[in-house]
Amino acid sequence: MSGRQIMTADEIRRATTRLSHEIVEKQAGTDGLVLVGIQRRGVPLARRIAAAIEENERVAIPVGALDITFYRDDLSLVAQQPVVKGTDLPFDLNGLTVILVDDVLYTGRTIRAAMDALVDFGRPQVIRLAVLVDRGHRELPIRADHVGKNVPTSREESVRVHLIEVDGFDGVDIERLVPAAAGSA
Amino acid sequence: MEGDALEADDARSGDPQLPAPAPAGWSHRHLLDLDVLTWPDIELVMSTAEEMRDVLDRPIPKVPALRGMSATILFYEASTRTRVSFEVAAKNLSADVVNVAASTSSVSKGESLVDTVRTIDALGADILVIRHPTSGAPYLAAEVFGGHVINGGDGWHAHPTQALLDLFTMRQRLRGGSVAGRKVVILGDVLHSRVARSNIWSLTAAGADLWLCGPSTLLTGFEAWAASGGPAGRRFHVTSSIDDALRDADVVMALRLQRERMASGLLPSLREYAARFGLTAARLAAAAPDVLVMHPGPMNEGVEIAPEVAAGPHSVIADQVTNGVAIRMALLYLLAGGRGAAAPAP
Repeated sequence: MSGRQIMTADEIRRATTRLSHEIVEKQAGTDGLVLVGIQRRGVPLARRIAAAIEENERVAIPVGALDITFYRDDLSLVAQQPVVKGTDLPFDLNGLTVILVDDVLYTGRTIRAAMDALVDFGRPQVIRLAVLVDRGHRELPIRADHVGKNVPTSREESVRVHLIEVDGFDGVDIERLVPAAAGSA
Repeated sequence: MEGDALEADDARSGDPQLPAPAPAGWSHRHLLDLDVLTWPDIELVMSTAEEMRDVLDRPIPKVPALRGMSATILFYEASTRTRVSFEVAAKNLSADVVNVAASTSSVSKGESLVDTVRTIDALGADILVIRHPTSGAPYLAAEVFGGHVINGGDGWHAHPTQALLDLFTMRQRLRGGSVAGRKVVILGDVLHSRVARSNIWSLTAAGADLWLCGPSTLLTGFEAWAASGGPAGRRFHVTSSIDDALRDADVVMALRLQRERMASGLLPSLREYAARFGLTAARLAAAAPDVLVMHPGPMNEGVEIAPEVAAGPHSVIADQVTNGVAIRMALLYLLAGGRGAAAPAP
């Protein structure tokens, strides 16, 4: 089932490039800057942003990957524990500016979990948040510093980000959720 | 696992009110033996344990995955490493841990296993780790316990977490990362060993060329089993010739000689056992140059294994202990991390 497309591959590319400029501008350079992608589509997004920064600034920004599974606040609610996909933070976070990168910002619970996970690794000077799509409906006092595209949605809709690295193609779709049929579980 | 990973992602970015997607593979409420695990289940335990190893290497080796859950560790037999390993594993996942030693509990006043388990259940435990000298006791516990039961070793029957940590350690340390086709020797008192029984299951399933070696009095039943073809479709040998067993072996796992067996006349003397079946450096020289030496502990150094072998360059005994924590974290997370089979989604 495929829904209405709200971002094309070109739009994702432009948004990623703009995010890379915004991040460097806000930091006034690249000193002490690292990107941490949230598993799973945040990781390739972080790598793309890092590549764009390198193209413009001629500086390689370290990129890490963060799995927030163990920090989810709904672990005791989900029927099936999620598959853990791996955390790799190849730098000492203390004193750095960490840009958390994720594909969709929705309730904010993932970001809450990600911040809890990060501070178990060290004490960053600053944590900022960059997302490709902000679809609203926050349940926690969290906002993004850098947004690729703001998309008004209803809670009955689902926003799906597809990236070549994970899904084989680039694009963002929005679709109306059909109540899950018993047969699909 | 690609599809599973995507589904897990969707649970996060999708609507939190919706039921979680199709199971990622783990559907077991208890871990009583390995015989109910499929090969994908075992792979899932291994990959989850890899993540837990990474957690153990963090500055703060603790994650909140089981926060608010309570684990009771009920041991009717002496144990250091298994009991402590479960306790550390549960604490690393932020569960609360209660230890019950049978010797200091109402068991010493004659309370039955079922009553003890019911009491622990009524006290609010979510997870019960049980070790018992009677084979099958964890199955009885699982019948009356409302949460998750993990077998920490029962009689001669099974010690599933030990076999999983042994497999994990072999895959971690063997070149190529696989036991398939590798010669693995289990040496010693196979007859009384739940460690051996669980390892026979997992190692033959993993495709190892498995050899059991020991005095024939401690191989009773296994020789006949091997002669009749052994486990179907699996590579399995039984021998009392330590030279045949050790030749070109990739892994040698020495088992503890349970001294209490002397009384039953199965062995003439400790000294004769050590001379004929002890794992010495001279004997190990016949094995593959990068052979791994393992022991589930506790060791009788100088009996089933020479001290210089136990502490030698081939020994991965310390890795087994560390990996034991990671494996038990993985199992606790897989069994109790979601609502699991105990309370299916409405």
